[in-house]
Amino acid sequence: MASAPVASTPSPLLLPLRIEGLVKRFGDLTAVNGVTLELKSGECLGLLGPNGAGKSTLIRSIVGRVIPDAGTVSIFGERADSAGARMALGWIPQELALYPKLTCRENLESFGEYHGLRRAALKTAVAWCLDWAALTDRAQEPVKNLSGGMKRRLNMAAGLIHRPKLILMDEPTVGVDPQSRNRIFEMIEKLRGEGVSMIYTTHYMEEAERLCDRIAIIDHGCIIAQGTRDELVRNAFASRSEVLARFANVDDSVAAWVKQRGGIYENGAAQFTIDHAAEIAGLLDAASKAGHELADISLRKPNLESVFLHLTGRELRD
Amino acid sequence: MIFPIVRTALIGLRRDRGALALSFILPIAFFTIFAVIFGGRRDTTPKISVLVVDEDHSVASERLIQGLEREGSLSVKKRPAAKQGVEQPDYTAATAEAAVRAGTAPVALIIPHGFGENPISFGAPNQNRPTIQLLKDSSDMVAPQVIAGLLQKVAMTAMPDIMAEQGSKYMDEHAGGFTPEQRKRIDEGLEALRKRESAESSGQQAAPVDPNRGMPIAVTARDVVGENKNNPMVSFYAAAIGVMFLLFTASSAGGSLLDEAESGTLDRVLSSRVTMGTLLAGKLCFCALLAFAQLVLMFIWAWLVFKLDFIPHIPGFVVMGLSTAFAVGAFGMVLASICRTRAQLGPLSTLVILIMSSIGGSMFPRFLMPEAMQKAGLLTINAWAIDGFTKVFWRDEPVSHLWPQVLVLLGVGVVLCAIARRLARRWEYS
Repeated sequence: MASAPVASTPSPLLLPLRIEGLVKRFGDLTAVNGVTLELKSGECLGLLGPNGAGKSTLIRSIVGRVIPDAGTVSIFGERADSAGARMALGWIPQELALYPKLTCRENLESFGEYHGLRRAALKTAVAWCLDWAALTDRAQEPVKNLSGGMKRRLNMAAGLIHRPKLILMDEPTVGVDPQSRNRIFEMIEKLRGEGVSMIYTTHYMEEAERLCDRIAIIDHGCIIAQGTRDELVRNAFASRSEVLARFANVDDSVAAWVKQRGGIYENGAAQFTIDHAAEIAGLLDAASKAGHELADISLRKPNLESVFLHLTGRELRD
Repeated sequence: MIFPIVRTALIGLRRDRGALALSFILPIAFFTIFAVIFGGRRDTTPKISVLVVDEDHSVASERLIQGLEREGSLSVKKRPAAKQGVEQPDYTAATAEAAVRAGTAPVALIIPHGFGENPISFGAPNQNRPTIQLLKDSSDMVAPQVIAGLLQKVAMTAMPDIMAEQGSKYMDEHAGGFTPEQRKRIDEGLEALRKRESAESSGQQAAPVDPNRGMPIAVTARDVVGENKNNPMVSFYAAAIGVMFLLFTASSAGGSLLDEAESGTLDRVLSSRVTMGTLLAGKLCFCALLAFAQLVLMFIWAWLVFKLDFIPHIPGFVVMGLSTAFAVGAFGMVLASICRTRAQLGPLSTLVILIMSSIGGSMFPRFLMPEAMQKAGLLTINAWAIDGFTKVFWRDEPVSHLWPQVLVLLGVGVVLCAIARRLARRWEYS
């Protein structure tokens, strides 16, 4: 493996990212509404939110591509769109932001030069990126000929060519197969091992649970919860558990009964929240009395998805 | 089944503004432009400028000039326009020739000393016959022919008394009362004329035909521009066609900005150390280099295949090529900055470039257009570029004479760059 290129070395005393009271409006729409957030050195923060919650605007504000109406964003103590911030920050957009007619190597060389890398430093950085993304043997391949997973990996590598200390990853695993996703996880874990700070946005809860130290949930432009996975679950559900019940007969009367009992009915299955396992017996008895035959019932501890749905609701978003 | 297909296509067309413009606006625009150039709007028919030098200052020469001035299709100029209110002296043979070379007018007429003594002759060639010189710029293939014809017409219509006087003179000189001897001479002359006419009609080799034979006024035409050119119109078309395709190339190259914006690459580039100003400058350099390379290829091809005099004109070509490439590159950047998507750029650039090219002389020489259209053409890059290349390759003018064209093209380029920079702010931040 090639040795890592020389990276910019911001002061370890400065927070990689500090957002204070950030507000961004687009006409009547307030996309980001007073967000305050901090990222510690070496930390990976998962940013979760439904579509239209304000994630992208928040990310673009950090990158310096959005001018906020109020509040500040500082990266290692520097203003978001300053030259120092740009050097310290690596952005991996959700789109495949690559030149399709250029080869993998040519793409990396271009983005390296855009970040000011030249000659030996550029050569070393390109070699490191190709190796990190497992694309060394495809270095001369035009991007348009690569598979979806390879393009994703190259897209990530292009954002890291200047070896930033803070990385923003915007849904890096969208549209890739499980093998490629695993490979991407390994790449990210390798970066984490090097002490890089990271913000990771995703719609896959298991990814956030696996990769992130802390998770922030954003909705309607506000951070509505943040903490470790366990903290979020505890704050949302305390010691309660979830009961999932599936009924033999699916009709409107079942849905009405579930709603009456304080549960959520969806796709022929009901979900109840209980404080103690002993409450399951009462639930079974009530179903029987109401004439609803249960086909299957299970008890589970709430997970991140439970928290997410609990906090953001189940209504379909745009 | 056919109806839903037609309906779907119609809905698609209705919602595609570019396709609508190409389908309905471009044809109307083209029709209007060419109708104005060629059509029946007589009041806009271009007048042909002709410079007249009167070396004779006789009654006959003045009558001839007055007759020419009465011709509605001619704009007769005896002296250059006043400069800063100071009247300029009349043209001389030398200054008129220089003016034709410079493109001030396509034709100059030099009425020689002695014209008034023997202005009109009939029949056989006459060594003593005074000959008007017609100096022409052969890039304008129409004007010299028109003026040569009108000159004869004016001689017939504007000088009837002189014609009558000249006729009596001929009678007195050649007939003298028609004695038998005179009759014999006339008969011999007529016989010789018949034989020559017969030889010409049967295709036998005869003595070279005097182009003035039978014409009341003797005229000799001489190319003063392009007389030694291998292939005179090639330089014009290399520039005219070249500039039009340069505009297409530049708009396409500028479109890469839209590709990058649509793919998200632009955001990534702008999140690096590259600023929007740097990015636009880089794209402009690329567009201009591409355009210049295209011009080089076009003119080298013209040199190799059509014997264009390229090598002696390289300095002028480089100056004009770089100025044109800069203006064209900036034009491509503006088009790309105006459009939201690549799909918008295609129809818009086609519309704008074809209209610019038709007005600016890439499709049809501007000197044949109505005056108003010629002036409108000056609003296009095509016209200034073609004028500059014409100066270089056609008129053999030195590089220092290119300053008006260079200045305009560079100025246009700078203004377009500023507009593109302003428009590109929408990509910079949101």
